[in-house]
Amino acid sequence: MDNHASMTNLPDSAEAQAHAPHGEEEHAHPTWSTYWKVALILTLITVGEVWAYYIPSFVAGRGFVPTLLFLSALKFTIVVMFYMHLKYDHRLFRVLFTGPLLIASLTLLALMFLFGHLYFKVM
Amino acid sequence: MATSVVHTSAPASHHYTTLGLDSRKVAIWAFIGSECMLFVSLISTYLIYKGRSIVGPFPHEAWTDPTTGHVLKPILNIPVTSASTFVLLMSSLFMVLALAAVQNKEKPKHTRGERILGNSKLWLWMTAIAGTTFLGFQAFEFTSFVHEGLTIRTNLFGSTFFTLTGFHGAHVTAGVLWLVTLLAIDYRRGLGSRDSLLVDIAALYWHFVDVIWIVIFTLVYLIK
Repeated sequence: MDNHASMTNLPDSAEAQAHAPHGEEEHAHPTWSTYWKVALILTLITVGEVWAYYIPSFVAGRGFVPTLLFLSALKFTIVVMFYMHLKYDHRLFRVLFTGPLLIASLTLLALMFLFGHLYFKVM
Repeated sequence: MATSVVHTSAPASHHYTTLGLDSRKVAIWAFIGSECMLFVSLISTYLIYKGRSIVGPFPHEAWTDPTTGHVLKPILNIPVTSASTFVLLMSSLFMVLALAAVQNKEKPKHTRGERILGNSKLWLWMTAIAGTTFLGFQAFEFTSFVHEGLTIRTNLFGSTFFTLTGFHGAHVTAGVLWLVTLLAIDYRRGLGSRDSLLVDIAALYWHFVDVIWIVIFTLVYLIK
């Protein structure tokens, strides 16, 4: 038996109300039309990425990889912000997600330097 | 006294943190954070070994087998993977519409469009079907790679590619099973706004699987 429940003598639903999320910083989620617009933007970016893949002069150029990385990061951010509602949810969720993501990204960069895929020009 | 306490509505019990946040939502975000680290470790391994395979087939370049003289074409099929990426992106839209439908279940719906948008079963089915379709694309891709001579033991590309995309596929499979359990609940007693957190947690997991694929698609398939 739950000691806390037996002390408050409340049914669970009432107890849940009593412990309502008074500190929660949640805002209204986007509307359906926003979700459709986001899907359209994601689709257009993906089409742009695949299109870029089939332009040999662009693939051979210096801008290809940075462009694709930017577009991928943009799509990632849009999904996280609008579909995962991180833009509207509590700050703690942002910390729980971006903290490990930052550590992981830095580890990835460090490994790329360590194994010679990325390097600084000393001279 | 113990006799005065009756748990009449067990599913309604919530566990809030001192910040007033539901513990289950905090837990799923912490889980997603840890999953980020798992996938970045797999992606790192792929990138470290990228371009270091001694024998083919290779992802973006043709290769001639010196022993047999056979020419093996680049193994990645970008049009097929682009289609599967589109399907997974659309599944995220369906998932978020399913969540909105559950959250707004009690609101009156006057038009046909509102009734369609408010049909949680429809959007959950659509998400599960899109997830299964993505898995079908992946099964097709894996099978064709094996037929073309690329297995997990062939070269460094094969080992890292199958490990990375295989782990992702396993996560999609778990997501589809999760969606099926939500559908079962919806058919059994109906999902209402009181269940929105259940769907929200499943949706967060599903979108996470989607964002990981966004990264994999660019790093593995598009960047040569």
